Amino acid sequence: MTEAGGASAPRNRLAVAGARATTEAMLRNQPRGDVIRNTVFAGLLLLAVVIALAGLLALILQALTKGSSVISPDLVNNPPSTAFPDKAGYRPAIIGSLQLIAGVLLFIVPVGVGAALYLEEYADKSRWWNTVIEVNIQNLAAVPSIIYGILGLAFIVRGPLDLGFILVAGSLTLALLVLPMVIIASREALRAVPDSIRQGSLALGATEWQTIRRQVLPAAIPGIATGIILAVSRAIGETAPLLLVGATVFITFDPTPFGSDGYSAMPVQIFNYALRPQEEFQALAAAGIIVMLVVLLAMNSFAIWLRNRYEQRW
Amino acid sequence: MAGDEIRPEAARQAREDAAGRAAIAVRPEFRTGAGALAKEEVFELKGIEVLYAGVSAVKGISMEIGRNEVTALIGPSGCGKSTLLRCLNRMNDLIPSAEVRGELLYRGEDLYGPTVDPVQVRKLIGMVFQKPNPFPKSIYDNVAFGPRILGRKEGLDETVEKALRGAALWDEVKDRLGDNAFGLSGGQQQRLCIARCIAVEPEVILMDEPCSALDPISTGKIEDLMIELKERYSIVIVTHNMQQAARVSDRTAFLMVELDATEHTRWGRLVEYDVTEKIFTNPTDKRTEDYVSGKVG
Repeated sequence: MTEAGGASAPRNRLAVAGARATTEAMLRNQPRGDVIRNTVFAGLLLLAVVIALAGLLALILQALTKGSSVISPDLVNNPPSTAFPDKAGYRPAIIGSLQLIAGVLLFIVPVGVGAALYLEEYADKSRWWNTVIEVNIQNLAAVPSIIYGILGLAFIVRGPLDLGFILVAGSLTLALLVLPMVIIASREALRAVPDSIRQGSLALGATEWQTIRRQVLPAAIPGIATGIILAVSRAIGETAPLLLVGATVFITFDPTPFGSDGYSAMPVQIFNYALRPQEEFQALAAAGIIVMLVVLLAMNSFAIWLRNRYEQRW
Repeated sequence: MAGDEIRPEAARQAREDAAGRAAIAVRPEFRTGAGALAKEEVFELKGIEVLYAGVSAVKGISMEIGRNEVTALIGPSGCGKSTLLRCLNRMNDLIPSAEVRGELLYRGEDLYGPTVDPVQVRKLIGMVFQKPNPFPKSIYDNVAFGPRILGRKEGLDETVEKALRGAALWDEVKDRLGDNAFGLSGGQQQRLCIARCIAVEPEVILMDEPCSALDPISTGKIEDLMIELKERYSIVIVTHNMQQAARVSDRTAFLMVELDATEHTRWGRLVEYDVTEKIFTNPTDKRTEDYVSGKVG
């Protein structure tokens, strides 16, 4: 008995060691082909990232080298000038852009969030017309901005609204352009609020509106705000539709919302400077690009921060 | 589980106590006289059928649910326990394709009558869900939500404290009422949901597998709570856990899936409904016996 036990102990140890070696060998034995394929594929993916970033990097470097020499308070404080490029600035364009954006916000926040709330919370998804609406909103987000410019010209500047070439018409056109983005982002944010929250609220005797107003909407606000900021940053950069609805390429006074003497916006002014052959105006355009890039990057960073900060883990 | 040995005794004791108290508390205007129950009933179901998109989920349910009692609905998955529970406070109304047939009386009043507002129904008949679903707000705001939507502005602090005490959670959270409810443990979250529910002062609390996502200790706390709560509320609980039904309930309804071989349809039906002890020790129906003894299901 003791002899058998004594003999089996080393044999057991041997068996355990053997089993362990086999397992280790199996774990280590990755075929060489797989390693190469993995590396090549990862390299290709990295290349894709580099190409994507190279465009942005080139733009920033180009703008900085060309425009940094003219960056000064004059750039923001002075109106444009064809006679004195060294004194010329972006003042009317910046004020115009700010007013345009304020108008866009006034329009897209209630309309965009309202539409999203209706589609997510009230619309009966089994009805065919709601499916049609849904598909069309997706499509609208992909319509080229120049088309919205023509729409704005036909229906807002002239046609039914007949506002004329005023800043508010530009605001409305830009608002229509980014509205689908706001609706889609808001719907995503509302959809991320779990149904258990709605049910919990309704089970306490809250009405549908109380549930939306006090539970669903507050929980979705970070996501909605993120969508709105991204939409606004797109609106800031749009040029084509504004040219159609009356953004004048060259004004030297501060624009007003309803003034019929014309208005301007940052990208329109940059476009105007860039068209001129003189070297000084090229530098001014580059400086304008820097200003816009800083504003856009700041807004997008804020949107990302907002999303991460208030992202709710359910 | 050692707890199982002790619990039924405690539960039975509590049951007898509550039965004695409730018998005294019966108000004459609620005494119907009809029915097999000695005490007044809070719900009376007559041939209830619930359909989703025209297909029956449960059919032919007739039963009476007693006041200040815990009534358990047990049965295998898919037998329509939750469906039945949700039609008691008209939560099924939220599903557009759902339809309820038959007669459902709540204290003699037709719950599906044309003048009845489902929002008011849900104020009187609260619900606790399977997965704890606190709102993404502070503990205080979770409990105060119900009173606030009722338009209450004063005395909220007292209401919140009372509700949290009622849900046996006060001592654990009194120093951090402003903290987000998501920071609580699962069991605490579920008791918060119960506190939220009783802050509206309902008459009935429906519980849809309230402990299925909880550990045994939290489960025990909630079961103790149920026995306490039935002094003031009527409770209907859906559970998959037969020991739980045996521990906490006064009456148990056993539901089962009925198969129609010719039409290939299936629906839930009520097999047996009786005093819990009878269901678990001496059921009338063979299928109940097989289910509670663990032979099927």
